[in-house]
Amino acid sequence: MGKQPAFTKRFAPSEADLAQCVRCGLCLQHCPTYVATGLEAESPRGRLYLIKAMSEGLIEPTVNVTGHMDRCLQCRNCEAVCPSGVPYGRIMEHGRAHVLHTGRAPFAWRLRALFLREVIARPGRLALLASALRVYRASGLRALAERTPMLRDRVALAPTIAGKEFKRRGVLARPKGATKYRVALLTGCIMPLAYGRVHAATVRVLARNGCEVIAPATQVCCGALHGHNGDLPTAIELARRNIDAFLAEDFDAVIVNSAGCGSAIKEYGQLLAEDGEYLDRARLLASRVRDVTEFLASLPFEPPKRLLDARVTYQDSCHLGHAQRITRAPREIIASIPGVRFIELPHGDRCCGSAGVYGLTQGDMSLRLLDEKMRYIRETGADVIATANPGCMTQLEAGLRRHGVNGRVVHVIELLDESYRRATAHV
Amino acid sequence: MKRSSLIRDLQGAIGRRWVLHAPEDLLVYEYDATIDRGLPEAVVLPDDAEGVASAVCIASNHGVPVTARGAGTGLSGGAIPCEGGVVIVTTRMNRILELDPENRIAVVEPGVINLDISRSTAPYGLYYAPDPSSQKACSIGGNVAENAGGPHCLRYGTTTNHVLGLEIVTADGVVVWLGGKTADTPGYDLTGVVVGSEGTLAIVTKVIVRLLHKPEATVTLLAIFDTVTQASRVVSSIIGKGMVPAALEMMDKNTMDAVEPFVHAGYPPDAGAVLLIEVEGLKEDAQEQADAVASICRELEAREIRIGLSQEDRDRLWAGRKGALGALGRLAPSYYILDGVIPRTRLPTVLDGVYEACDRFGFRVANVFHAGDGNLHPNVMFDERVQGATKKVLDLGEEIMRLCVDAGGSITGEHGVGYEKRNYMSWIFSPDDLEVMSRLKAAFGASEIFNPGKVFPTSKGCGEVSSRMRAAIARVGADAFV
Repeated sequence: MGKQPAFTKRFAPSEADLAQCVRCGLCLQHCPTYVATGLEAESPRGRLYLIKAMSEGLIEPTVNVTGHMDRCLQCRNCEAVCPSGVPYGRIMEHGRAHVLHTGRAPFAWRLRALFLREVIARPGRLALLASALRVYRASGLRALAERTPMLRDRVALAPTIAGKEFKRRGVLARPKGATKYRVALLTGCIMPLAYGRVHAATVRVLARNGCEVIAPATQVCCGALHGHNGDLPTAIELARRNIDAFLAEDFDAVIVNSAGCGSAIKEYGQLLAEDGEYLDRARLLASRVRDVTEFLASLPFEPPKRLLDARVTYQDSCHLGHAQRITRAPREIIASIPGVRFIELPHGDRCCGSAGVYGLTQGDMSLRLLDEKMRYIRETGADVIATANPGCMTQLEAGLRRHGVNGRVVHVIELLDESYRRATAHV
Repeated sequence: MKRSSLIRDLQGAIGRRWVLHAPEDLLVYEYDATIDRGLPEAVVLPDDAEGVASAVCIASNHGVPVTARGAGTGLSGGAIPCEGGVVIVTTRMNRILELDPENRIAVVEPGVINLDISRSTAPYGLYYAPDPSSQKACSIGGNVAENAGGPHCLRYGTTTNHVLGLEIVTADGVVVWLGGKTADTPGYDLTGVVVGSEGTLAIVTKVIVRLLHKPEATVTLLAIFDTVTQASRVVSSIIGKGMVPAALEMMDKNTMDAVEPFVHAGYPPDAGAVLLIEVEGLKEDAQEQADAVASICRELEAREIRIGLSQEDRDRLWAGRKGALGALGRLAPSYYILDGVIPRTRLPTVLDGVYEACDRFGFRVANVFHAGDGNLHPNVMFDERVQGATKKVLDLGEEIMRLCVDAGGSITGEHGVGYEKRNYMSWIFSPDDLEVMSRLKAAFGASEIFNPGKVFPTSKGCGEVSSRMRAAIARVGADAFV
C-alpha cells in the first residue's frame, strides 16, 4: 500500500489537465530555467511529471520537489508553444495550492502566502511598505547598497517606488468630444504606488480615444499573485469582490494595463469554475477585460502625429505574450509613433526574471535571467525599453542600474501618450 | 551500500552539483517521448569528454550500465535506462566549438540543439539539413545516436550523410576521434558505424557536421485530397517519375484535427489527406519542379492545390507538421508512435491495412509521415491509465510492423529500434546477421555497459528495475535510496 496522496482533493490539478502532456519535449527550449540549468526537473515537462507523481502519491512534497516548483517562473512560455495545449499555468497553480493546503508546505511558502494575503491584498499596509521603499530610494540608501559589493546582488531586485501615487477613484476622465465608450480601469495593488504615471498616461490616452474612464471605488487587487503562489482561497475571494465591483455597471470594457492582472481576470472563469454563485458573472467579466494595448489596437486608435526621436525595443511581458497571446498590439502601437526606430529584442519573448515575487524568492536565477536579458538589450542599442507590466518594468529598471546602461523603461502606453501630448503642445 | 559508494565516486569526479540521486530528481529521467519507462540509479551531467569518461569508468567499476541522454525527445526509448545504472545527460555540453563557413563544417558538442546549428550558421547562408520534427528541442547527440531523419531527408539523406567525424568515449573510458573534417578518411568508416548505433557502442562527445548552402528558391505546395489512397497514388507517381522533392509529407484527417486548433494554418477540416510538398533548387528549376508536381496532383484528382504561399503561411503549415506528434495530446492522453518503412508503391495497400488493424483493435490512429521515403508513422491514440491498454497497443504495433515487413519493408525508418522493437529484429535479420552485430558491439568493448536491453532481441523486460524502484519509493517515501 502506498501512502495517502499528499494532495487534498479540492485543489488537485485535474487528471484531465495532467493527462494532456504527452512528453514530446517541444516546450523544453522555451523554458528559461531549463535552458539555464539543463535539468529536466527545471523544465515544464519535468515539473508536470513531478506534480503528477505527487498527485498519484508516488512522491511527497519534499524540499527537493517544492524547490523545483519554486524555480518555475510561471511565465507560461511553454504553454504558448505546446502543441497539445497543456494548461501548464493552471497545473502549477493547483500543484502549489495542494502542497500549501496539505500543511506540509515549506515555511517559506506559508510566509509568502501570509505576506501576499496580509500585505499585498491590503492597500493600507501595502502603502506603508511602499513608503518605506520610497524612503529607501530617496535617501540614497539604495544607491549606497547597490554599490556595496557584498550587498549588490541581494538588494538588486528590491522594487522601485518613485513618483506620484495614483489615488483617484470614480470618473477619471471624459473625452473632449463625444463619448464613444464607457470603460472601467483596474487600478490594481502595486501599480498605483509604483507606477502612478502609467495610470495617468493610460487615462489620458483612453480619453483621447473617446473613452469615459471610470475606476470603480470598490475594486481590489486582482489576486494574480495569490493564485500563482497557490493561495487559491484568497484569489477566489478577491475575484468575487472584483466581479461585484466591475459588473455594478455595464462597461463597454474593463481596461487593464498590467499584463499579469489582465491575464488573471481573463481567467476568473477557470478560477471560479466550481463557484455556482459567481461562475456566470466571472465569465462575463472575463469577456469584458482588455489589455490597454489590445483595446486600443482594436479601435483603431488615433494615430499619433508628433515625432518621438528614440530607438525603442520591446520586451514581451510574459502574461501578455504567453498567457494572453497578445504580441502584435503593443508592437503596432510602438511602430505607429513617428520618429521611433523599433528594434526587435532577441529572445524578447523570454522572461526577464521578474515573475511576480520571483525576484525576491529566487534571487539568483532571477538575476541570471536579468543579466542575460541586459546583454540582448545592449545589443539592440535601444535607449527606450518598452514593456507592458509593472513587474517587468521594475526588473528592467534594476537591470539598467546594475549594468550601468543609459536608457529608460516605459510602459508601451506611455510612449503613445508622450507623442500625443507633444502634438497637443505644439499644434 | 553499493549505490551510495557509486554516488560518492561520481560526485568526486563530476562535482556534487551535477550528480543527481534523490528519487524525485531521478524520476524525471525515467521517460522520453515514448511510452517506455526505466528509472536510473544516478544521473550525471558532465561538462566535457573527460567528465563523461570518468562517469563511464566509475559505472564500469561498479558494474552498472550507462545510458546517454540528450533532450529526451527520442521515439524509441533510446535514452531510457532499461536496466537502471547511470544516465549521462549531455545538456551542459552545448557549445558550438568551431564554425568554418568556407569549408562548410561545424564542430559541436552533443548537447547542441539541432535547430541552433542552423540558426547560428544562417548568417553565412548555411544550414544543417536533417530536420527531425523535434528539431527545435532535440540534441545533435541524440540525432547521431538514432541516425535521425526528418521531412527534408528525402532529398538530403539522414544524419549519417551529414556527420563527418565524431569524438567518442569508449566503454573503457578512452576518448578517441573517428573520421575527421574531410569528406573521406582512410580506414574503416567507424563514424558510419557509430551513427545510428543507439548509444550501444560509445558515447559521443563531439560531432563534426557538414553544412549546406541554403537553396536559392523553395516552393511549398499543399495538395488536398478526399482520400488517403488518392494522396498515396500521387506519392508513388512523383517518385516513379524520378522526381526528388525536398520534402513529401502526408497528413491524414485525424492528424489535421489535432493540429489545426494549435497552428491555425488552414489545414482543411473535411479533407481525407493532404500532401505537404516542398521543392528546392535554382529559381527556374524549383518553379518547373513545382509545376510538374502540381500537374501530377491535378491529374490524380487533388481536390485543391495551394501554391505560392507566403512565408508566414509556410511557417505555419510546417509548425503544424512538426508539432503534429505533440498535438495528438489534444485527442488522447497517450500515443504510441510507430516507425515503419515500406516500398513506396505499396503505400495505398499498407495504409489500408493499418487503418483496418487499428479499427479492429478499437484504437483511433493518426497517420502523419514522410510519404516520399515510404516511412510510415501511424500514431495510435490510447489512454495508458486504462488497464491493459498499453499491452493491447503494443500488440497492435507488432501487427503493423508485420504489415510493413511483409510488404518488403523494415521496422524502423528513423526512430531507431530501441527497446520495444528489438524483438522484431529477428524478422529482418538471421541469427548469423545478429551475431555479427553483437560481435561488433563486443569489439567496441561495450557488450555489458552501454545501453543494455536495446537493439538486440532479448526476453528481459524494460522497466523491471524501474518498477522495483518505484515500489521502493512508494514504500519508504522520499528518503529511499539516499
